[in-house]
Amino acid sequence: MLKIENLHVRVAGKDILKGLSLSVGAGEVHAIMGPNGAGKSTLGNVLAGRDGYEVVDGSVTYDGIDLLALEPEQRAAAGVFLAFQYPVEIPGVNNTYFLRAALNAQRKARGEIELDSIQFLRKVREKLAVLHLKDELLHRAVNEGFSGGEKKRNEIFQMALLEPRLAILDETDSGLDIDALKMVADGVNAMRDPTRAFVVITHYQRLLDYIVPDFVHVLADGRIVQSGDKSLALKLEEEGYAWVAERRVAGAA
Amino acid sequence: MADPLLDSLLAPGPAPTRAAPAWLDAARRQAREALVREGLPGARNEAWKYTSLRALAQRRYMPGDAQAATRNLERGLADLPGLGDARLVFANGVFRADLSRLPEAAGLVVEPLADALADADGLARASFERRFDDPAQVFARLNTALADDGFVLRVAPGARVAEPVHVVVLGAGAQALAWNLRLVVELGAGSALTLVEHHAGEADDAQLGNVVAEFALGAGARLDLLQLQVAAESATRIRRSAFTLAADAVLNLRTLELGGALARHDLVVGLDGDRARLTSRGVFVVRARQHSDTRLDVRHRARDTACDLVWRGVASGRARGVLHGAITVDPGADGTDASLDTKNLLLSAQAEIDVQPVLEIHADEVKAAHGATVGQLDERALFYLRTRGLPEAEARALLTLAFCRVAVDTLENVALREHVDALLLERLPVHGEPA
Ligand SMILES: Nc1ncnc2c1ncn2[C@@H]1O[C@H](COP(=O)(O)OP(=O)(O)OP(=O)(O)O)[C@@H](O)[C@H]1O
Ligand SMILES: [Mg+2]
Repeated sequence: MLKIENLHVRVAGKDILKGLSLSVGAGEVHAIMGPNGAGKSTLGNVLAGRDGYEVVDGSVTYDGIDLLALEPEQRAAAGVFLAFQYPVEIPGVNNTYFLRAALNAQRKARGEIELDSIQFLRKVREKLAVLHLKDELLHRAVNEGFSGGEKKRNEIFQMALLEPRLAILDETDSGLDIDALKMVADGVNAMRDPTRAFVVITHYQRLLDYIVPDFVHVLADGRIVQSGDKSLALKLEEEGYAWVAERRVAGAA
Repeated sequence: MADPLLDSLLAPGPAPTRAAPAWLDAARRQAREALVREGLPGARNEAWKYTSLRALAQRRYMPGDAQAATRNLERGLADLPGLGDARLVFANGVFRADLSRLPEAAGLVVEPLADALADADGLARASFERRFDDPAQVFARLNTALADDGFVLRVAPGARVAEPVHVVVLGAGAQALAWNLRLVVELGAGSALTLVEHHAGEADDAQLGNVVAEFALGAGARLDLLQLQVAAESATRIRRSAFTLAADAVLNLRTLELGGALARHDLVVGLDGDRARLTSRGVFVVRARQHSDTRLDVRHRARDTACDLVWRGVASGRARGVLHGAITVDPGADGTDASLDTKNLLLSAQAEIDVQPVLEIHADEVKAAHGATVGQLDERALFYLRTRGLPEAEARALLTLAFCRVAVDTLENVALREHVDALLLERLPVHGEPA
C-alpha cells in the first residue's frame, strides 16, 4: 500500500531524513519509535504534504501512485490521514462546520454523494460515542481551548469520521491519561481491517499493549535502523536507544 | 481658491422646497465660505494622506438628484434578514416615504430633517451650527452647506426600544451625482436603542454620497449600532459618524466596511461623561481596486471611561485598506481604560494595508494597550485544514472568514449574523484570485 524508498528530506536547509525506506502493507500496523529529533514527525509531515519539506531524493508510492505529486487535500481524498503531534488551534472556525466541509470535500473528490446535515450528524454521534468526547467540543472552534488530551482524542475522532485507509498517528498517546489512552486504542482497533493500515509513532511501549503492532521500527538520525516485531518495543523500553546509536555508527561506517 | 471638483460639488442643486430660516442660511454660508477659502485638502494633509482626493478631482458631479424621490429602484436593495419591515429608506440622499415604514415604539420619534430645521432651538439647529474648524473636515463642511434631507430621531428618556430601527441609505444610477444626507440621533437619559445603519446601492451606483450621522447618548443610555456598508464597488461614500456619550452611557458599535470604490469613514467618539464606555468591533474587506480608509478618533474626556476597539482588515487584488486608530486621553480623564487591537491580512502581493495606531495620554492611572499587525494566513492552520480534505481555496476562505468574524460573532440576531457572514464570504477571494 505504502512504499517509501531511500527518502531524503531537507527542512530549512538541514538534512533530516537521510535515506529512509519503509513498506506498509494493507491491514498492517507499524509502530515507529525513536529518539527526539530523529525525524519521525518530519516523516508524517512529508507524507501529508506539508510545504517547506524538500524531497531531495527517493520516492513514496501509495497504491502504486506517486504520493509526493499530490496536494495535501488530494492525499486526504485518497485516504491518507495524519493525526498531528501538535493539533493546531483555529479560532473562528467551527468544529462541526469544518468536519462536514472536510468530509464532503473528500467525498466530492472521490465522486461520492455528499452527506446532508442529518446524515452527517448521525455519523458524528456514532463516532463520538467511541471516544467519549463531549458534544460541546463540536460547537467550539477547531481545537480552541481544548485540553491536551482533548486535542489528541479529537484527532482520533476526526480519523474515525473521515475513515482513511492509511492513518499516521504522531504521538497521539503523549499526554493522555490511561482512560483516554484506552479510548484512543479502541478507536484505532475498531477501524483495523484488512484494507486499512496504520503507522503509529510513539515513545511508549504502553500504547502498543493496546494497539498491538505487526512491526516495530526504530527511526534514528533520519532512517530506519532496526525493524522487528513487537518484542523490539519491549527491548527499547528496557535498554533505551543507546544501542541504536552504536548500530548507527556501525551502519555509517 | 478655484477648484473644479469643489465648484461642481458646491453648485446649487434642485431648489429646496421651503425657505430656510436665517440661522440656517448663516450656518450654510459659513461652511461654504470655509470650503471656498481653504479648498480640498491636499496630499500633505495628515488626515488625507492615504486617500488622495486627486482621483475624485478628475470627476465632476451633478449636485443632487432631481429624480431621487420617484426613481425606480432595484427591488430588495433595502432588505436585511432578521429585521422587521419598519425601515427608513433614503435614495440618493432623499427620503422615500413610498419605501419606508416608520417604526412604531413608545418613546421613539422620527422627524424629517426639513421639519426639524424649522424648529429654531432643536437638535437639528445644534447639528448645523456645529463648526468644523479643521480643513480636513471638508466633507462635513460640505454636508452642512448642502444637506437638506435626513432625519432627527429621538428616544425619550427611559424608553427602551426593543425592535431594531433599520435605516437604509441607497445610491442609485450610473450618473455621477453628489448628494448629502444628515442623520441626527438623540438618546435620552437611561434609554436604549438598537439601530442598523445600512449603506447599499444598485450595482452601477456611481454616486458620491456624503453622510454625516450624529449620535448623542444621554446619561446611562445604551446604543447598539450595526453599520453595514455594502455599497456598489463603483460608488464613493464619505461618512462621518460622530458620537457623544454622557456619564455611564454605553455605545456598542459594529462596523463593516465592505463596499465602495472609495469609502472613507471617520468615526469620532467623545467619551464625555464619567464611566462612559465604547466597544467597537469592525472590519474592512477590500478587493480588486477598492479603497477603504477608516479613521477612529476616540477621546476620553472624563474619569473612568473605557474603550475597547477590535478591528480586522483584509485586502486582496490591488485594493488598499487604511485604518487610523487614534485614542486620546485628555487631562483629567484619570482611570481611563483604553485598548486598540488591529490585525490585518494581505491576500495578494499588490494589495496594501496601512495601519496607524496613535495613543496620546495626558492623564493619570491610565491603562492603555494597542497592538497592530499586518500579515498573512497562518500556514499551519491552512495545512491542517487541507490535510482533512479541504481544497486550498476553500481552506483559505474559511480561515479568512474566521479572521474577520470577530466583528460580528457577538451579533445576537442570528439571521442577521448569518447574512453578514455570507456577505463577508462573498467578498473573499475564493475563486482563483492569485494569493
Ligand atoms: N521547520 C523546521 N526548521 C528547522 N528545523 C526543523 C524544522 N522542522 C523540523 N526540524 C528539525 O528536524 C529534526 C527532526 O524533527 P522531527 O520533528 O521530525 O523530530 P521527531 O522525531 O518527531 O522528534 P520528537 O520525538 O521530539 O517529536 C529536529 O532536529 C528538528 O529541530
Ligand atoms: Mg515528533
